[in-house]
Amino acid sequence: MLVSLASTLVFAIITWLFVVNTPGWAVVQQRFFSPEAALVALPRVWDGFLLNIRVLLVAVAGVLVLSTIIAALRTLRGPVFFPLRALAAGYTDLFRGMPLIITLYLVGYGIPGLIGTGGPRIPSYVLGTIALVLTYSAYVSEVFRAGIEAVHPSQRLAARSLGLSHGKAMRLVILPQAVRKVTPALMNDFVAMQKDVGLISVLGAVDAVRAAQIEVAADYNYTPYVVAGLLFVLLALPMIRLTDWYTARLRAREQIGGIV
Amino acid sequence: MTRPVLRALAAAGAATLALTLAACAPTTGTGAASDYVTDGKLTVGTGEPAYYPWVIDDAPESGEGFEAAIAYAVAEELGFAKDDVVWVRTTFDQAIAPGAKDFDVNLQQFSITDERKQSVDFSSPYYETTQVVITTEASAAAGASTLADLKGYLVGAMTGTTSFDAAEEAIAPTSGVQAFNSNDDAKLALESGTVDAIVVDLPTAFYLTGVELTGGIIIGQLPQEGKTGDEFGLVLPKDSPLTAKVTAAVDALRDSGRLDEIATEWLADAASAPVLK
Repeated sequence: MLVSLASTLVFAIITWLFVVNTPGWAVVQQRFFSPEAALVALPRVWDGFLLNIRVLLVAVAGVLVLSTIIAALRTLRGPVFFPLRALAAGYTDLFRGMPLIITLYLVGYGIPGLIGTGGPRIPSYVLGTIALVLTYSAYVSEVFRAGIEAVHPSQRLAARSLGLSHGKAMRLVILPQAVRKVTPALMNDFVAMQKDVGLISVLGAVDAVRAAQIEVAADYNYTPYVVAGLLFVLLALPMIRLTDWYTARLRAREQIGGIV
Repeated sequence: MTRPVLRALAAAGAATLALTLAACAPTTGTGAASDYVTDGKLTVGTGEPAYYPWVIDDAPESGEGFEAAIAYAVAEELGFAKDDVVWVRTTFDQAIAPGAKDFDVNLQQFSITDERKQSVDFSSPYYETTQVVITTEASAAAGASTLADLKGYLVGAMTGTTSFDAAEEAIAPTSGVQAFNSNDDAKLALESGTVDAIVVDLPTAFYLTGVELTGGIIIGQLPQEGKTGDEFGLVLPKDSPLTAKVTAAVDALRDSGRLDEIATEWLADAASAPVLK
């Protein structure tokens, strides 16, 4: 205990010597950490952040649904299902390869162009959510598929020998185990998606990052960027700690608490 | 630790130290600091791509286009031949952000504002324009004729520009102004119906409605508090030794009527637009 206290003290002193006590620190503090600029920027950045959260919640729901469907399609057995399996594989290949920004541009500007000005207008954040769901379902479906294939085949054989159909075996036996296996990876993807939501700003919607950019353009004080970044970190922290707690619990239950 | 591991660590430490020292070594610069980025040449920055009518065909070296012509006129006043002008491309934000620059002057329809003056120097204005709202015939905002009409619509503008600020102040739409990375994206959004109208400067408005948009119409000019319009100036790095010379060059061009000549040659189509109330 004493040793950890001493080393923290040494670390703090070194930080003070080499970061705070430098001649440039005052300028850095004024340009990046100015409280006045933070307060001025906060309303607009906060409004943008609420848009981020709304898009995130809808996108997560969409991703879970779509990725489960794709993962189930890919793990269908039997040669008759080959077209479905191939389609699902093609989908994941395409959307994992395409950069998210290009998908956003194609969906965000292309789809309204297809509909034309005669049809209904789709708000830009809806289009952004669609692009996000399309891209992230590809990643998450692969995670699900890995989980499904990681469940020992004896489980499936046992379920089938008990008389359960393929669908019932998946739903009652395989999927619960698969989901438990991949929950830490899924939580990780969720944290990553929280930040990619910021990219919908290329479609015109003013989210936290764009709001920070607008504020920065006013007087070139970069504090709004720091504010927006902090908000994202604060959003991610509960999920990160939840992931840590959950993996620790899994480790305790399934691996007798051992750490390699 | 075992001896091989210690040796590897020591080698890694020495390599890191050597690299850091090399990075800190002073660059071999010219003996006397020149006022110009490249001695004997005028380095002019502009956008990537540079739009009509400011630069024709994204080729400023040809001297075609309003801003290309202005740049060569200023270079002539400063004593540079046409061949001594070197063009570089920067983004809009890069040029007006604080920090060292790789150009002597930059022109990209930058409006002179006090906030920007804290980070960069401006020459005296070479052009004055207003902000204009444009839309397409198929858009819902096609029938708008007053500022109050526009409040309910989705209005877009390029982020970080005075067009954006003017839209926020003069129109203050209820759902906020939509911000786009570039005028290209804003125009694309207008075409696909994602926004009802966009705000750009007058010559760009005439170009977009006349050439690029199908059924493009100009709704009108935005009134601007306390000034007749946006003044475009050349951007120079902060506290540049060239600011006085470039300002004098622009003033000389204005006094001799050359600025008006160039404007008439390249911006003749930009007549006028009704002022919105």
